[in-house]
Amino acid sequence: MWRWLHPYAKPEVVYRLLGRWLPWVAAAAALTLGAGLVWGLVFAPADYQQGDSYRIIFVHVPTAMLSMSLYVALAISALVGRVWQLKMADWALAAIAPVGATLTFISLATGAIWGKPMWGTWWEWDARLTSQLILLFLYIGVLALYHAFSDNRNGAKAAGILAMVGVINIPIIRYSVEWWNTLHQGATLTVFERPPMANSMLFPLLISILGFGLLAAALIFHRMRNEILRQELRRPWVKNEFGKELNEAERT
Amino acid sequence: MAMNPRRKRRLLWALGLIAGVAVAFSIILYALSQNIDLFYTPTEVVEGKGKDAVKPAVGQRLRIGGMVVEDSVKRNQETLEVEFLVTDIGPEVKILYTGILPDLFREGQGIVAQGVMIEPTVMKATEVLAKHDEEYMPPELAEQMKGIKHVNPNQPDAFEGNQ
Repeated sequence: MWRWLHPYAKPEVVYRLLGRWLPWVAAAAALTLGAGLVWGLVFAPADYQQGDSYRIIFVHVPTAMLSMSLYVALAISALVGRVWQLKMADWALAAIAPVGATLTFISLATGAIWGKPMWGTWWEWDARLTSQLILLFLYIGVLALYHAFSDNRNGAKAAGILAMVGVINIPIIRYSVEWWNTLHQGATLTVFERPPMANSMLFPLLISILGFGLLAAALIFHRMRNEILRQELRRPWVKNEFGKELNEAERT
Repeated sequence: MAMNPRRKRRLLWALGLIAGVAVAFSIILYALSQNIDLFYTPTEVVEGKGKDAVKPAVGQRLRIGGMVVEDSVKRNQETLEVEFLVTDIGPEVKILYTGILPDLFREGQGIVAQGVMIEPTVMKATEVLAKHDEEYMPPELAEQMKGIKHVNPNQPDAFEGNQ
């Protein structure tokens, strides 16, 4: 397996591979996100209790789910970076963390906007809301540590340790609504049970989740390419890569 | 597959770190579990909470969460005063409140009230929040499945059937 994976540990190979995937992932993201959001926000029926206010679910649930799964990806990159000392796993921290932090912030903001008309409050210090806020701080902490050292390897090391330890917050967020009594309702989408949601709302929600997932992937691929270039700026392959493009630009 | 001993040591170190912090946090959260709960249930107010069956004292400030009992909502026609009973699995607690209730407030719906106990089972609330559950469906389906005559909340006479 290592022999097969080994070529992919080269930054230039990953840079080109992500560059090839990027347009396809971005196009698929635009398509599914557009379809899911238009279906959900315009065509899906209103809810029997919440009327049209529930429609914010088509942004809130995808961003909240992704904020947690991206954190798991972040923690796995950190583990791989620490144990196998792969530079690229460390760089993935810098690629994933801002996207995850933004999604976490969007989930908190949409939750507050949803909470005000439905619950009657923007914010309540219940277990779900508080643990999600801690997730935002974890992302910000990982980013801050990553950039806090003049030697990038030390930054990646410190950020990686925080990222790994912080993964404990993920099951706490996930099960907070079951372990403690909270203002936030229980999970609608679970792996093993049929969700208590009408199909006419469920399908656009699932498509929106896919769309936000692809969008996050596209953003992360793009950021990863940037981080690779930033770290490898003085390597010959970067000069070759862009020298070629410069020559072409001069010719035309 | 044989692992390089240095990698193995680093892997054990990393997993040990995560496991150690996880154990520490589960102990902390277990110790704090009663404080992390957002509210008391009516049963906990009446019969006491936890192993020691601690009951809230009169004058204590707390939150109570439960279902609004059907036909228990009494509104004062002149003022914004309202009183209602909340329940979970049996015991009922009375909530007194003056103010505007959230849109989702209705009988049979979950609420969380924050306020001061003025009698062992009566709370004077300063804030009433509505809970909603994880079910989402269009009004026609809700009527079929649950026999709920709902309620397009956007219509001006939406809630008259409930009162």
